[in-house]
Amino acid sequence: MQGCRGAGVQGCRGAGVPQEQGSVESSIISTEIYLELRELSIRTIRERIAARTLSAVELCRAALDRIERLSELNAFITVTADAALARAEQIDRAAASGDPLPPLAGAIIAIKDNMVISGVRTTAGSRILFNYKPPYTATAVERLRQAGAIVVGKTNCDEFAMGSSNENSAYGPVKNPWDAARVPGGSSGGSAVAVAAGMATAALGSDTGGSIRQPASLCGVVGIKPTYGRVSRYGLIAFGSSLDQIGPLANSVEDVARILNSIAGRDSSDSTSSDIETDDYVAALEGDARGLRVGVPRQYYGEGLDPEVRAHIEAAIKKFEEMGAEIVDVGLPHTEYAVPVYYLIATAEASSNLARYDGVRYGFRAEEAPTLKEMYSRTRDQGFGAEVKRRIMLGTYALSAGYYDAYYGKAQKVRSLIESDFRNAFASCDVIATPTSPTPAFRLGEKTDDPLEMYLSDIYTITVNLAGVPGVSLPCGLSSEGLPIGIQLIGRHFDEARLLRAARNLERAIAFNSKPGAVENL
Amino acid sequence: MRENYEAVIGLEIHAQLKTDSKIFCGCSTRFGDEPDSNTCPVCLGLPGALPVLNSRVIEMATRAALALNLRVNRESIFSRKNYFYPDLPKGYQISQYDRPFSEHGWVEIPTSERNQSGHAVAWSMKQFRITRLHLEEDAGKSLHEGMPDSASKSYVDLNRSGVPLAEIVSEPDFRSSWEAYDYMQYLRRTLIYIGVCDGNMEEGSLRCDANVSVRLRGAERFGTKVELKNLNSFRFLQHALEYEIDRQIEAIEAGEKIVQETRLWNERESKTYCMRSKEEAHDYRYFPEPDLPPLMVSEEMIEELRAGMPELPEARRRRFMEEYGLAADDAAQLTDARPAADYFEAVTRASGNAKSAANWILNELARELKNTGTEIDRSPVTAEELASMIRMIDACTISGKMAKEVLADMYRSGRSAEEVVREMGGGQVSDEAEIRAIIDQAVAANPRQLEQYRAGKAALLGFFVGQVMKASEGRANPQVVNRLLKERLDNTEQGD
Ligand SMILES: [Zn+2]
Repeated sequence: MQGCRGAGVQGCRGAGVPQEQGSVESSIISTEIYLELRELSIRTIRERIAARTLSAVELCRAALDRIERLSELNAFITVTADAALARAEQIDRAAASGDPLPPLAGAIIAIKDNMVISGVRTTAGSRILFNYKPPYTATAVERLRQAGAIVVGKTNCDEFAMGSSNENSAYGPVKNPWDAARVPGGSSGGSAVAVAAGMATAALGSDTGGSIRQPASLCGVVGIKPTYGRVSRYGLIAFGSSLDQIGPLANSVEDVARILNSIAGRDSSDSTSSDIETDDYVAALEGDARGLRVGVPRQYYGEGLDPEVRAHIEAAIKKFEEMGAEIVDVGLPHTEYAVPVYYLIATAEASSNLARYDGVRYGFRAEEAPTLKEMYSRTRDQGFGAEVKRRIMLGTYALSAGYYDAYYGKAQKVRSLIESDFRNAFASCDVIATPTSPTPAFRLGEKTDDPLEMYLSDIYTITVNLAGVPGVSLPCGLSSEGLPIGIQLIGRHFDEARLLRAARNLERAIAFNSKPGAVENL
Repeated sequence: MRENYEAVIGLEIHAQLKTDSKIFCGCSTRFGDEPDSNTCPVCLGLPGALPVLNSRVIEMATRAALALNLRVNRESIFSRKNYFYPDLPKGYQISQYDRPFSEHGWVEIPTSERNQSGHAVAWSMKQFRITRLHLEEDAGKSLHEGMPDSASKSYVDLNRSGVPLAEIVSEPDFRSSWEAYDYMQYLRRTLIYIGVCDGNMEEGSLRCDANVSVRLRGAERFGTKVELKNLNSFRFLQHALEYEIDRQIEAIEAGEKIVQETRLWNERESKTYCMRSKEEAHDYRYFPEPDLPPLMVSEEMIEELRAGMPELPEARRRRFMEEYGLAADDAAQLTDARPAADYFEAVTRASGNAKSAANWILNELARELKNTGTEIDRSPVTAEELASMIRMIDACTISGKMAKEVLADMYRSGRSAEEVVREMGGGQVSDEAEIRAIIDQAVAANPRQLEQYRAGKAALLGFFVGQVMKASEGRANPQVVNRLLKERLDNTEQGD
């Protein structure tokens, strides 16, 4: 069932991809010699499978081959080749018998390894879960499967989604397909790379402070963090429960919208999921940008922003203007407090969320501890990486007796100020445009010794999580070094329809179609 | 020495709410199943699982709050209480902290000190304040004994994990172990009465911790308090409190200082032991549970539940005394549990004789129930049948003495009073015509005695009564026999 059953802590790169498996109907005439996943939209895949000009099995094989060939990027922790091929066969069979195909039929989807899938090893990028096989499946993943998607594997990520570079994974760092010496961003780095390098049609990531948008930006793909409560968190391994949100990454706004259509909506297993009606996000893409009010918050264009990034963002905003949108100056005055507020709230929640990894019931347990207390502390000392331990300590401190009011309590108050900043700004605009990340992809190891510097790479994305609003990142150009630059658009609560329409218009205007070349030499 | 001191006691009681499923998942709350058989990702605390509040819990907690005169907050908040323990699968317990489910309650109950033999000295009504009732989930159960490798390993059974609890915290209003005891009894009875807790202390459905301090009588400030744990029976509670009060007084008298600590009651040794000192106390790092929205309880819901509340035992006890003229003791016994009180009222309604109903229930029926280990709501003698038997006594159809036999038969056979009495030969005969016929025979058969009686030997009345009773096989109503016989003997115009 799984590509890499029983593998230890040391990665599992594309292992166990079977070359010949089962019997697949071969009556399909594929015109391509070589299937390029990045060229195939979800809609095209479904239409061609239905028309019998593409076989899901063939597409799945292509993805698995690619995953194996690009194993050096370390995008996957576990590849579920057998299950994926079996699913692909089912879809081909359904197509052969003329059954109507579900909306995501044949789409190859990679799942960040912090979402559980029944029977499939789920590590959250941590040693402490090196052997953990959950008995149930996350709602978002289940909904993708119901919609006909083929889950190809579990992607590498920063340990418990804590990081902005994917260097905090116990299974080794993920490399950026545009330049393998650079980071892909994090924490959903593996998901972004899987999409950018053509190993999957799309991927699910999770975003607590920018973990979908920042890697999407650094890898040149589209990624959306929906409104808090739009997508069920059931089965998402918690980091900061009041901030975490699952969202898709893909090569186009349309594909992102299509996946959102399948995963969004109330789930009775998640009390924080909203029962506000979902929209048809694909249908919502129709329509131009005329009359759209695009807010530009000056606080997001200050110190620390790479001039090249700024130039591209400004050019993108200009495109909006050319399309007939109105550009509005907006203020988000409490932005300067966002980083400290975020690192208090997220770490406080994390310190509690990660208490369950104690070696008692599942996962890693340190051997030969003389006492229970020793067992706890050795297990957690050896099981968690440095960044996770740093955040657990920070969060524990913030919640401690005597400090709660000054830290966690205060942070919650400022959080509500940040929320009202957005409410006020949205009184005069429909979407807000900012950079996604202050710089393009940085080098592996460049910021690992300076956590504060690393934390600042989330500076434009964390306010969105604190306010609970949706944010999307899409590529808006390449730097002089040939690295992708992303622009972030932020929408009102549960207004993903308008947000995605704005993104679709900008995407069309920018017509970004570069592909990461570096990987072809691997 | 002890007279110079006053104890100050507060109780924290954990009551398991009687829902079928757990507080945050759909797993069964059944007791005694195979370890870990009633579990799921949520109550196992698996990565990614999320809690969903069981609405039955809100309903039961509201009923409990209303019974204890607590104010239900329209909005309350779940919080996480963080600590490490093997039976706590998430590393935190979902509880409530600074915005609990309900606050500011009180009860007014009879309480009394007890003498050497354990009998109440003098009952009096006292009011005790209840700080709050809040909701939380139970932890699992650690099994340190009973396994083949228990010497080296402990096991954890998570069936209990996620079972709904109401924690009921009192103000430090108790001044003696018996006050605490009476309060605990009252609480248990009330919660069982309104159907929110089964009150089974052996199975852990009701658990008790106490805070105890002592101070010199008349002192304003409280002494240093000690937390007592493991007081899981009424006896434990009372013994442990007595022990702890004595221990603290002795320590103070000896010039020692009481240290703030948590102590564990050991029933076998009849002692409390230090479990952890203040320095070792947990910092629970409470913070609002981000996985659950605030718990909202609407005014309408509260009013609807209030309207459906049964009469509470204390109010019922007082009413039984006033309305039915029962003795305090009888009323207390009958209202101790709702089924008995309901049974009593049903018998009273159908028989019209409350005192007799109370007597029969508390004596003859209680004995039968006890002997067969039967609950009163399963009694083979229904309230209606007991009532019809009482009516037969009141109508002098059967004598009180006979009735005891009748009830025993009814209990054994499950037959109706009428059926049993009929089989026994029709019961007591009070029918005057029938008795007159027997009297006529007796008089006719003994002309000599009649003559002597009429000649003035009045004592011979007894002889005739005996003859009539004998002829009726003892079933004739003696009062009727007496009256009619006198009439007959004194009536010389009958031509005997
Ligand atoms: Zn459960």
